[in-house]
Amino acid sequence: MTQNLTQNERKIRKNAILRKTIGQCVIWLVLIAMYIPIMVLIAYSFTRAANIGTWTGFTFLLYADLFNDAEIMVALGNTVLIALISSALSTVLGTCGAIGAFYSKRRSREVLESVNQIPVVNAEIVIALSLTVMFVFFQSYILGGSNVFSFWTLLIGHMVLQVPFVYLSVKPKLQQMDPALYEAALDLGCNQTQALWKATIPEIMPGVASGFLLSITLSLDDFIVTAFTRGAGLLSGDKSIETLSTLVQAKIKKGPIPPEMRALTTLIFLTVLAVAILVTIYRNRTVKKTRKGRKGA
Amino acid sequence: MPSTESKRRSGSGWAQFRRIVSFKRKHLCIPYILFLALFVIIPIIIILVYAFTRTTETGQLEFSFDALKEFFSSTTKLNVLLVSLFIGLVNTLLCLLIGYPIAYLLADKRVNKNYVMVMLFIMPMWINFVLRTGATRDVLYMMGIKGGQHPYLATLIGLLYNYLPFTILPLYTTMIKLDKSQIEAAKDLGCNPAQTFVHSILPQTVPGIVSAAEMVFMPTMSSYVISDTLSEGKLTLFGNSIASSFNNSLWNDGSFMALVMLVLIFLTMFITNRFHKDETQERGRLW
Repeated sequence: MTQNLTQNERKIRKNAILRKTIGQCVIWLVLIAMYIPIMVLIAYSFTRAANIGTWTGFTFLLYADLFNDAEIMVALGNTVLIALISSALSTVLGTCGAIGAFYSKRRSREVLESVNQIPVVNAEIVIALSLTVMFVFFQSYILGGSNVFSFWTLLIGHMVLQVPFVYLSVKPKLQQMDPALYEAALDLGCNQTQALWKATIPEIMPGVASGFLLSITLSLDDFIVTAFTRGAGLLSGDKSIETLSTLVQAKIKKGPIPPEMRALTTLIFLTVLAVAILVTIYRNRTVKKTRKGRKGA
Repeated sequence: MPSTESKRRSGSGWAQFRRIVSFKRKHLCIPYILFLALFVIIPIIIILVYAFTRTTETGQLEFSFDALKEFFSSTTKLNVLLVSLFIGLVNTLLCLLIGYPIAYLLADKRVNKNYVMVMLFIMPMWINFVLRTGATRDVLYMMGIKGGQHPYLATLIGLLYNYLPFTILPLYTTMIKLDKSQIEAAKDLGCNPAQTFVHSILPQTVPGIVSAAEMVFMPTMSSYVISDTLSEGKLTLFGNSIASSFNNSLWNDGSFMALVMLVLIFLTMFITNRFHKDETQERGRLW
């Protein structure tokens, strides 16, 4: 009887180990396959050959080339500026919208939320084109033909992409909030604006922050809306605004990825990796905290 | 509150004005409403207007069904639509086929306890997608898969690379919430692994599958950069087709195609909404 049990146990343990090894192998295989293109680019960022596939000796020169390339630096600057400005504005607009909608009548909130849902599900190309058509319409029928495409149209384009997501990340925080907090602030002598600042805003801050971060990623990754709604301005001066996406697209349309961009890929990869690790650490810490809190209670 | 009500009524005109203008929390959404009206609703109305009008020689708009007739009589456009639906479907299936087991393994505590692994699967989403698409094309080229010769294969590989992270995340979020006791119960009641999967795991993960499919299908159809880059212009998807209509100043035709796209999107939304109520939050969590 006891022998039987140990045999059984051994079988179960063997199965568990087998499951773990096979599972890990599958995960790593897919992960490696997913990263092949990026890794190849990173590997070839240490050689100055015009194409990937040819190796002309190890060097860091591409990194120097990258920082001396005015075109890429301007595009990078534009991308970061647009991401920061549009995300900040979207976060304010979306947060105010979410607070306002939360205290509105149910009927009007539902209407607002279904309109909010349109850009979320809509194809990016339809968003880009409908906005462009409207701007052209505005330009030719109201402004009498003077050019309307500029940084501002680009900004509006990005905000249309971002705002709904800010709304959606703030809304659950408002629902979780204790309504008595705001009332308490009023009772303690705050006026409405003060109560909003001191009671509501701190409570929904995590939602606001995640909305902001989401907006940044949406803006950084956007190509179609940028390509259609952009005009002259920002660091590009009199020329049409180039962001990283539009610059890379223009380059890869003509030929392989330019050598300096391989170095850029490495730097972007490292930045993103650092962010991913930080997010994991932060997450693990909050998970631990909540566990401790539960035990304490 | 009858007392305040009567007080309000008895207030002078000035007081009434103050009361209307005075700050209320719900007024905070006024700029938001204006923004949505101006930049979401009006553009769509303009698209609708252009879809059902025709530009005369003098530049005036005139009501007509020309764009509709043009679309449904053009075999190239219908063909593009069919090919896009097909590519969208194949890509969705491929993403689910690879993403589902990966998400399951990542959520399985016996296989993976490390959240960094999940992050590694999501990370490509944060690297500029045009750059990634270019990298995929160059590497495929190096391996001998040239977009000009194998447009379908190259495009599908590019699409798969781009959308796999978007499939894994919603699937993973449903997988970590799997009811373990139900799976145990299925096993105890004599189900073999295949039966357990069909009767317990699969039904529980339907919401994840639906939102993953939603994240992939429509964006694939309307993708612009990926098909253009990887097939070297050989494969035209619906998104490319809409864009090229507008670039050739065929606004009415382009608007009608955009309208077709919108109708398709709302159709899929209507269908998928029945599977999951919390869709909006699922999408929000993706980033």
